[in-house]
Amino acid sequence: MDLKDLYRDVILDHNKHPRNFGRLDPCDTSADGNNPLCGDRLTLTLRLDGDRVSDIKFEGKGCAISTASASLMTEAIKGKDGVAIKHLSTLVHQALTAHGDDSLPPAELGKLAALAGVREYPARVKCASLCWHTLDAALKHRTNSLGETPTGPATVSTE
Amino acid sequence: MNARIAESFYDVARVRADFPILSTSVRGKRLAFLDTAASAQRPLAVIEAVDCYERTSHANVHRGVYQLSQKATDAFEGARERVRRFLNASSLKEVVFTRGTTESINLVAQSWGQRLGPGDEILITWMEHHANIVPWQMLCQRTGATLKVAPIDRRGELDLATFKALLSNRTKLVAFTQVSNALGTVLPIKDMIAAARAAGALVLIDGAQAVAHQRVDVQALDCDFYAFSSHKLYGPTGIGVLWARESVLREMPPWQGGGDMILTVSFSGTTYNDLPYRFEAGTPNISGAVGLAAAIDYLDALGIERAHAHEQRLLKRATAALKAIDGLQIIGEANEKSGVISFVLDGVHPHDLGTILDDEGVAVRTGHHCAMPVMDFFDVPATARASFGCYSDDADIDQLVRALGRAREVFG
Repeated sequence: MDLKDLYRDVILDHNKHPRNFGRLDPCDTSADGNNPLCGDRLTLTLRLDGDRVSDIKFEGKGCAISTASASLMTEAIKGKDGVAIKHLSTLVHQALTAHGDDSLPPAELGKLAALAGVREYPARVKCASLCWHTLDAALKHRTNSLGETPTGPATVSTE
Repeated sequence: MNARIAESFYDVARVRADFPILSTSVRGKRLAFLDTAASAQRPLAVIEAVDCYERTSHANVHRGVYQLSQKATDAFEGARERVRRFLNASSLKEVVFTRGTTESINLVAQSWGQRLGPGDEILITWMEHHANIVPWQMLCQRTGATLKVAPIDRRGELDLATFKALLSNRTKLVAFTQVSNALGTVLPIKDMIAAARAAGALVLIDGAQAVAHQRVDVQALDCDFYAFSSHKLYGPTGIGVLWARESVLREMPPWQGGGDMILTVSFSGTTYNDLPYRFEAGTPNISGAVGLAAAIDYLDALGIERAHAHEQRLLKRATAALKAIDGLQIIGEANEKSGVISFVLDGVHPHDLGTILDDEGVAVRTGHHCAMPVMDFFDVPATARASFGCYSDDADIDQLVRALGRAREVFG
């Protein structure tokens, strides 16, 4: 196992230059995520077109893994519908937690595959998965409010 | 004792040989264990004392008439006596075994704290560990008492004038740490205790970060409660001590009910055991107490002052070496510090730093150090923290500095 498997160039790049960084105002749904162990915090704001995420931004403070993961996620899910997002989320989760698995992550992960190095660092899995849990909360939050404008952000904690 | 003389006789290689774990490797690299403030490693003397107890002396204590139970009781009560001498407590009745500092503080909050009500105040400082914040918040919620917090400055020192100004006849308890776990600050506890006494308040000291590095004399300190954990003192986890002044402890109601803490039990009423057993319900951590006593013996033989002088030299050297690193900022630069250095490196989140250092065999703590208010005060989400013990050496510091260079390489 090599440190370079964890901190791949894609990750370092997205950490230094996070994509879709900021806040959508107005937005259709949002959620806050925090990882009390590391102090990572992020807020997702989304615009929806029916079941499709038409736009998404994130902001917050976190380690390179958590920042890059959120940045990569926003790029990957923009334009996708609920089913496609759920599928991608499952693949990411599998790639992150397949400890000791040498096989290559599935090609459909695209750039998200860069996060697979996390699997050899169990203490860091939560850093990479925080944004996905937060996304799940944001989408559920919206469903729960029956399409109405959410009254406040949902919150998830990975501890 | 002259620190320079004490330090010149300190053979750290011999000390290191007493700690088996230090010869293990991490990811094929030499282990540089710089997380003693979280939990110290155990010398062979502790490991063997626990092993010997388990092999030859274990049975339940204070119960059986058979020989083995007497042996276990002797070992357990012998450990209590060892702690009494270590703290210079005036009586064995004042030494209560707990699970650790956290439980010791909770015991005080739940038992002694019952007497508090609206209008009463508890004073703590901004640099407390969560274990010396949350039990008081919970107590205040239960009783209507008010929690006051004395501020700190940018160097990580207590604002002593404001601390004193916050004291009044409403202050019933002042609870503070002797050494900050997140910043390394050594607090001016003599002044603080004197001021609290003058206001008529009781004093609780969280000694978790102090006991392994300076001699504690509870009678000279003139405090009312002193809490510490065995595992910060090179002893086992899961055991700690609450020392409490006998006159104070005697007035406190029991907090947990069960075996060992009673004299007689009937459905018309129960009478409680004498001190300190009244506060030790259930079968205690006997082997833990034995290990703690062995750890105290070890530290006494090594010389706590000599170890402290050694750690202070490492602190100075490491502080200078880290300060020379571009973009590195030390959080907590109090005049008097224990062997703890919290720091952040520009452009590298402490968690990434922790992973990269680990890859180089360097174990440091990264995170909020159970002191979130301190992190908020310095406006950082987390820090990396290197801390020293009696076995830390120059090679540990060199390895840390090299690993920080590696972090710079990775993050550019």
